[in-house]
Amino acid sequence: MEVGGWRSNEMRNSCTTFPKAGSLREGPASRVPPSRKLGAFGKVRPAALVIGGGIAGIQAALDIADAGFPVYLVEREPSVGGRMAQLDKTFPTLDCSACILTPKMVDVGRHPNIELMTYSEVVAVTPPSPPLTGGGERGRFRVQVRRKPRYVDVSKCTGCGSCAAACRMKGRVLNRFDEGIAKRSAIYVPFPQAVPLKYTVDPTACLYLSRGTCGKTFLCKDACAAGAIDFEQQEEMVDLEVGAIIVATGFDLLDARLKPEFGYGVYPEVMTGMEFERLSSASGPTMGKIAVNGKEPKDVVFIKCVGSRERRREQAAPGSVPYCSRVCCMYTAKHAHLVRDKLPDARITVFYMDVRAFGKGYEEFYDRVKHERVMYRRGEPSEVYRRGERGDQGGRLVVLAEDTMLGKPVEVEADLVVLANAVVPRTDMADVAGLLGLERSPDGFFQEAHPKLRPVDTCVDGIFLAGCCQGPKDIPDTVAHAKAAAASALGVLVRHSSSTHSSSTHSSSTHSPGGRPT
Amino acid sequence: MTSQGLLKTEAMVEQLELMGCIQCGKCTGGCPVARKTELNIRSLIYQMLVEPELDVDTHPELWDCTCCFTCVERCPKDVRPADLIIGLRGQLVESGRVPDTIGDALMGIFRQGNPTGIAREDRAAWAKGMEIKAAQEGCEVLFFVGCTPAYDPRVQGVTRALVRAFAAAGLDFGTLGTEESCCGNEVRRMGEAGLFEMLVEENGELIRSVGASRLVAPSPHCFNTFKNEYNLDGIQVLHYTQLVAELIEQGRLKLTQEVKKTVTYHDPCFLGKQNHIFDEPRAVLKAIPGLKLVEMDRSRERSLCCEGGGGRMWAEGTNLQERLAFQRVREAAETGAEILAVACPFCLLTLEDAVKVQGLDHSLQVMDIMELVDLALG
Repeated sequence: MEVGGWRSNEMRNSCTTFPKAGSLREGPASRVPPSRKLGAFGKVRPAALVIGGGIAGIQAALDIADAGFPVYLVEREPSVGGRMAQLDKTFPTLDCSACILTPKMVDVGRHPNIELMTYSEVVAVTPPSPPLTGGGERGRFRVQVRRKPRYVDVSKCTGCGSCAAACRMKGRVLNRFDEGIAKRSAIYVPFPQAVPLKYTVDPTACLYLSRGTCGKTFLCKDACAAGAIDFEQQEEMVDLEVGAIIVATGFDLLDARLKPEFGYGVYPEVMTGMEFERLSSASGPTMGKIAVNGKEPKDVVFIKCVGSRERRREQAAPGSVPYCSRVCCMYTAKHAHLVRDKLPDARITVFYMDVRAFGKGYEEFYDRVKHERVMYRRGEPSEVYRRGERGDQGGRLVVLAEDTMLGKPVEVEADLVVLANAVVPRTDMADVAGLLGLERSPDGFFQEAHPKLRPVDTCVDGIFLAGCCQGPKDIPDTVAHAKAAAASALGVLVRHSSSTHSSSTHSSSTHSPGGRPT
Repeated sequence: MTSQGLLKTEAMVEQLELMGCIQCGKCTGGCPVARKTELNIRSLIYQMLVEPELDVDTHPELWDCTCCFTCVERCPKDVRPADLIIGLRGQLVESGRVPDTIGDALMGIFRQGNPTGIAREDRAAWAKGMEIKAAQEGCEVLFFVGCTPAYDPRVQGVTRALVRAFAAAGLDFGTLGTEESCCGNEVRRMGEAGLFEMLVEENGELIRSVGASRLVAPSPHCFNTFKNEYNLDGIQVLHYTQLVAELIEQGRLKLTQEVKKTVTYHDPCFLGKQNHIFDEPRAVLKAIPGLKLVEMDRSRERSLCCEGGGGRMWAEGTNLQERLAFQRVREAAETGAEILAVACPFCLLTLEDAVKVQGLDHSLQVMDIMELVDLALG
């Protein structure tokens, strides 16, 4: 299958960019002719496959690429970035999430050792043949990747956005990146800092692709000066051979509708933590203005452990997971701080069962937030309802809880209720596990080889885990996990290079022990 | 204080697995009664956990619990807080230290098979003039009437409406007549475990002997215990709204007359929260031509208890002033509905009383769903 053409455009971009000091510039990729059946890196040196382009996948890919090995980074969405790209600030340092993430996104986009395959999915993986038998390179996985059609020729698209401005569906399609708070066109980039900054047609929203007709003329095509829009584009299958795979497929968030007592989906004033991130983000749909129904909230209530830490006899009970989601205590403290920062007069209440502030600088951050007039009340709320007349002018929401310190039931009125809904395994975990031959732990996440001593290994040699696909993690833990996965993958790749390519002067010279590739 | 009420806590802590409680307070936070009385189930669990003995006599609020099971539904650790209340009531029942009215109800059930104490022979009086097959002759659906639908003059009309609908649909059904006894759902929740076991044995044997494949009950309370606490050898247990919704869906029951009313529906705790039947009652209402269904803010899983369960039909509780039913009918009135529809005999009685006391009877009428279906049948 011809795939080099598409790839080479991304690569061409990267090669014309001035290289970063200290990183590898002369990778094998640039020597490979752009058109070949296999993925661009071919067999010159064993490559790694990273599945998932969130912060875990980005970090793992950069570490492996910086060490001189080629990496295919496959991301299902049109852009890398993942969940971290959606966040406003990060605890406990309050760095702007996009500000620390975007440089890394740009790096993976132009690294000569990384072939970025966005809007793509791994559809088949064949494990290595047993040693000394035929078929393929010894110790390598054969991988098939499906590149979904963007209906945009990325070699022509300049990312100018004229198409989206012209689209008949403009402002009518829910933007998932903004958690549905804002609306976009059928042709879109998920967010302005997207990498690659190339437009994609959403086939379910596009009138032409979903209904077969879009007025008399394609407004997007007419608007595109580069002539990049191509509704004839087909999906492509790409075959790769890799020596190691890093799984960094991330997590989902519990559908808060499964906790009907809190009225999520019923009341516009009840939102999830991730929705609050978009609301609070300066680059979000409200430019960071915290407003509900167009008004600044006076009373804000945070509810932690929504669906987490629930041990239910009915194992199938939807809406509950038995484990602690690990990030909610700290992001709720951060949210409370952000509200205080923007709304100095708001009354802020955090309902909690326990406060788990275990990381570096975390307890100190919790202390700080408490001193910012954030009222922590012990008790897990039981219900949210609206008291009095309905509508904008009428009744306010009431959070029912027991303040267990008082030993009394309390009713706290609220204009905004933020639910810290549980971190849950992705819905397609079973498919991915089947594809790769991975096992899952009872909580539904991927099972590591040993809970303490082999935290990134799996039951399959050569496949490693990074980030929240193994269990809930905050950003520092995710990055640490990803770097560990990269180091383990590099171990495999180095072994492969020295055994299968010992005659290759290239490999042996670039991978002398302890030496940095030159 | 007498030492009579001292309960050693250890055995019950173990039996009810209270050690799993993390004292989050979600039980008491959602308890509709905790807002108006001293009842604090989270605190009671804590006392059970840390004290060797609990003086049950100092907790008259134990009789306030309606067994709505909001606490059980929402407990993140599956502790089943209401089971502790039932267990503690059991201690009081065993030594006869119960409110007089509860004692009377239990005695009535023991002697006459119903909590009113009216003669067993009168149990089928509601059906006078109606031709209803004796289930003992064999039938497809056993119609288990229940005490309140059989004896309460207000509820009897609902029972008769249900029979008319079954007949109109050509359903092969029968009743147990005067052989039927209280299902025991409330008995168990009042803490009288021994009497409950006896009723399960008697009723269970009688029900199984009929050979019906399905059992339908008008009361969510009967329905709950038959479904979850009896072992009925695979007999399918239904609440009447499930069966009526099915008959409408199958086209066997045709609702032809318009009922031009705005109606709101109150989810009974034993049907909704505890058995997750939310859609069928609404499906029946929506099938009535001309009827407009509006929802209260607190509906489905968040429905507010009417305070009629757990023995509260026979005990006033420690707070006579603020009744949840008062609040509930005000919420119903706020929707602009003319009719507050219910699907439970206890809800019908408590809410109808509340409508009168709140002076809403000129604008809001409480009706069972079957009474509306009856109108639609013409």
